[in-house]
Amino acid sequence: METKKSKKSTKDSNGDGCWLLSGSMPLAFGCIAVFALLVRVIVSLNSYSGAGDAPKYGDYEAQRHWMEITLNTPAKKWYQNSTVNDLTYWGLDYPPLTAYQSYAHALFLHYFHPDSVALFTSRGHESPKGKLLMRWTVLSSDVLIFFAAAIYFVIVYYANRGKNKQQHMTWHLALILLGPCLILIDHGHFQYNCISLGLTIGAVAAILSKNELVACVLFSLALNHKQMSAYFAPAFFSHLFGKCLRHRNPLLRVLQLGLAVVGTFILIWWPYLYSVDTVKEVLSRLAPFERGIYEDYVANFWCTTSVLIKWKRLFPTPSLRLFSLSATLLGVLPSMVQQIKAPSDLGFLYALLNSSLSFYLFSFQVHEKSILLPLLPATLLALEEPLLFRWLTYFALLSMFPLLCRDRLILPYVVLLILFVLIYYIPGIRSTKKGESSPTGLKKLVMILVLLCSFFLHIVYVTLRPPQKYPFLFEAVIMLLSCSQFVTIAVYSNLKQWMLESSIWMEKEKKVQ
Amino acid sequence: MEEFAWFAGIATCVKLLLIPSYRSTDFEVHRNWLAITSSLPLSNWYSDETSPWTLDYPPLFSYFEKLLSIFAHLVDPKIVDLQKGLNYESDSVIYFQRISVIVSDLCLFYGVYRLSKTLEIKKRRILWILIIWSPSLIIVDHIHFQYNGFLLGILLISLSFLEEGKDLIGGFFFAVLLCFKHLFAVAAPVYFVYLLRHYCKGGFAKSIGRFVMMGIAVGMVFAIAFGPFLYTGQIQQVLHRMFPFGRGLCHAYWAPNFWVFYIILDKGLAFLLAKFGFNIQTPAASFTGGLVGDSSPFAVLPRVTPLATMLLVLLALSPCLFKAWRDPRPRMITRWVAYAYTCGFLFGWHVHEKASLHFMIPLAIVAIQSVEDAKHYFLLSIVSCYSLFPLLFEAKEYPIRVLLLLLHSLLLLSVFTSQFGKSSSKAVGEPLHRGKSDGKTLKGRKPSSHEMNSGTGFVVGWVSMIYLLGLLAIEVWGQFLQPYLLGSERLPFLPLMLMSIYCGIGMVYSWLWQLKWIIKC
Repeated sequence: METKKSKKSTKDSNGDGCWLLSGSMPLAFGCIAVFALLVRVIVSLNSYSGAGDAPKYGDYEAQRHWMEITLNTPAKKWYQNSTVNDLTYWGLDYPPLTAYQSYAHALFLHYFHPDSVALFTSRGHESPKGKLLMRWTVLSSDVLIFFAAAIYFVIVYYANRGKNKQQHMTWHLALILLGPCLILIDHGHFQYNCISLGLTIGAVAAILSKNELVACVLFSLALNHKQMSAYFAPAFFSHLFGKCLRHRNPLLRVLQLGLAVVGTFILIWWPYLYSVDTVKEVLSRLAPFERGIYEDYVANFWCTTSVLIKWKRLFPTPSLRLFSLSATLLGVLPSMVQQIKAPSDLGFLYALLNSSLSFYLFSFQVHEKSILLPLLPATLLALEEPLLFRWLTYFALLSMFPLLCRDRLILPYVVLLILFVLIYYIPGIRSTKKGESSPTGLKKLVMILVLLCSFFLHIVYVTLRPPQKYPFLFEAVIMLLSCSQFVTIAVYSNLKQWMLESSIWMEKEKKVQ
Repeated sequence: MEEFAWFAGIATCVKLLLIPSYRSTDFEVHRNWLAITSSLPLSNWYSDETSPWTLDYPPLFSYFEKLLSIFAHLVDPKIVDLQKGLNYESDSVIYFQRISVIVSDLCLFYGVYRLSKTLEIKKRRILWILIIWSPSLIIVDHIHFQYNGFLLGILLISLSFLEEGKDLIGGFFFAVLLCFKHLFAVAAPVYFVYLLRHYCKGGFAKSIGRFVMMGIAVGMVFAIAFGPFLYTGQIQQVLHRMFPFGRGLCHAYWAPNFWVFYIILDKGLAFLLAKFGFNIQTPAASFTGGLVGDSSPFAVLPRVTPLATMLLVLLALSPCLFKAWRDPRPRMITRWVAYAYTCGFLFGWHVHEKASLHFMIPLAIVAIQSVEDAKHYFLLSIVSCYSLFPLLFEAKEYPIRVLLLLLHSLLLLSVFTSQFGKSSSKAVGEPLHRGKSDGKTLKGRKPSSHEMNSGTGFVVGWVSMIYLLGLLAIEVWGQFLQPYLLGSERLPFLPLMLMSIYCGIGMVYSWLWQLKWIIKC
């Protein structure tokens, strides 16, 4: 019940073509989308984060609680501590667009199942019907925003490619829509990443199709849904800025784009703009600097190096804040410079990857789930960087394994990983993929070793109990392994971005010859 | 082979993901059978009544459960405990049973693989999509819970041998199938006539010799299956369990077959006659309740007995038997067998809606032969999959069944249009041309399909279109409009009844269509 095939194959009739495309493109896209949705629906049958885990529960309860608050209090009070809105119990800590989305979904839940969003009485509400409705809100957001954006992106990205275009389009779309990480987090663990990531994809596609104003609006929306979207901001900024500089009238262009951004922000923040205090109030909810530099076992630089250097003990939080800020900026700088110097579509995608990886590795208060953000540009680059894409997907999954184990999502975890590999190797497309050179020699050996290690780790994590002295030993090992891979990828893709110009030149020269 | 593994792999992934989904009581039925075969001696298998879900499949299936129970015992001894295991619902039993279905589907995979070996690559893919990715199989086996996949696999293996002309092995596998699930016996007359005419031919001595050979092969299977029960004196009990004629004409949910119209006609006549002043007594018995007592469930029309349904099935089968007698061709056997199961479904006694699988799967093999077949299959598979919807009645499975059907229709549309071309006027040249070039590069069964290609392309005609839209309308009415307009109390049976009637129309159409083909060829 899935799909892929190309018109090519009917001409070649060597049976090598991708079968999905044998009909027409819209049909192939329809098949992929319906299959992706089916997989999501099936995954959503599983349990969610914090199910039955009183008194705090998990992300599911957080989202439900926000619906309860937004439905029962006026917009101005959403971010204020009050007798009805206890901010210590899952207070709203995302920007206003998330709040509006919660409100819209709350209306939906209220219509069908008022108990699940009633003020006070619904705290910790868990019922099959409530779960079902909540799941449907994620599913519908996913289809309306993420699916639409992915299709938009694929169409734009392949608009000017002749050879094997349709095969690659369907293949790429399937990989975007069936990425295991996003499905597990949104439809298993329970979150709405599909909205902000979908808006980001939309913005990227808009940039690729030269609609920069649309891109600004979409990315501002993404920022206002989850502040984590700021991981991409340096790339967007530098790419657009670089382009503005090459515009006939740079100042006017900057002004136009700036207006689009500010206008979107004003619209979204309207209820809070009546005084500076309220704005500050909201902002302080969004940036929880009082928390530590890292939590749990996230595979970023600070957490990994804390095995050797006890950052939290050695330095006070303000200086750590400064460290992380400067480290992040340093990490982002090279790709920003490159994009300002020579903005290009491909370079922009690499810049997105580099800046989000830098944020993931070095910024303050990163969650395991934030690996979804670097994974997004890597997914968009699947055709150019097939190996990097697979590698990052796999280790992103691994880095979330402890989290997903807690949510009892091991079965979907394993199956979605297998499904991902199968989709990647959809018959008939492999041979035509570009830039696919299998690694050889030492590199191959190391990769195989790392892979074996990680398989072994999965099994050990599920079956063995850690020694009492080090209860988080396995989490730490998973974190070390994932982090080392993320750093390698970050270095590689930074280099790659800088070498882009020269390689483009070389290709052009080849063509001339 | 690699590509086949890919298709099978995707299907297996979906099946694995479905492990936590809704399970019907059939799950507990099969668990109980594991317990019976594991903890009781063979002589008590068919007489045990610890649980209401008694063993009522033929012996080979019990052996199969016995085999499974050995592993089940290793996984978790409680699964096979006759008392403590009742309604056991831990993860261990769910994973064990679900995975046993998934693993037994290897038999289905093998059957499909065997059948598709000789086809050209494009047709092969279509066949895989139609069978391996069949939404009906997923709904019945991997959500509702049953073992149809592997039984149908045996049927496919048997058919593939027959198509190759290896009648003895084909007959043998059919005998095996009958000893797994006797509901497949509807096709036995077709098999009998076909094997008699196709296999037992040649001179008098040779044909007698072959007849004896076949008798020995089939007899052996039955001896192995029923022998031990004969030995322990249980055979009557076994047969009694296998043929429970105490059940009613229709299953709880009316399968969309001929009897639906019969019942409706009866109701209508009773209503009309009562209007005209006749004294019509309301029947006390119900159609689903069975032959309890002597009262007939029908008000006007004569009551239907199991014997009558059997005769009707045979009558419907007779044109096909006649054809098989006159001209037993291996190419036609799949069509005949599918037709036999269609007749069984339409006119049989106490038919389950799940029985539509018995003809949908063989028809998939027929569907790739010509554009007419493809059109027919497209319509029928949607109808039959839709008629399985009531099996999954919980809200959380609702999107799954709808999406499965939607995906299936999109895939069918996609692969059929590419295989048979799109429209008649403009594209005739193209598919023709394509057909020729294919014929050169691949020595498949190309010429036949190439001839048929030259007619019209694959388009869903407007009559089918209107019919399918009607299906949609019924779904919308049953799911959304009726609860909204009438509330949940009034006419609760109406949506299901509409579905039965409407799907029944499609089924009867398909039966007539198949009959026409069989007479024509």
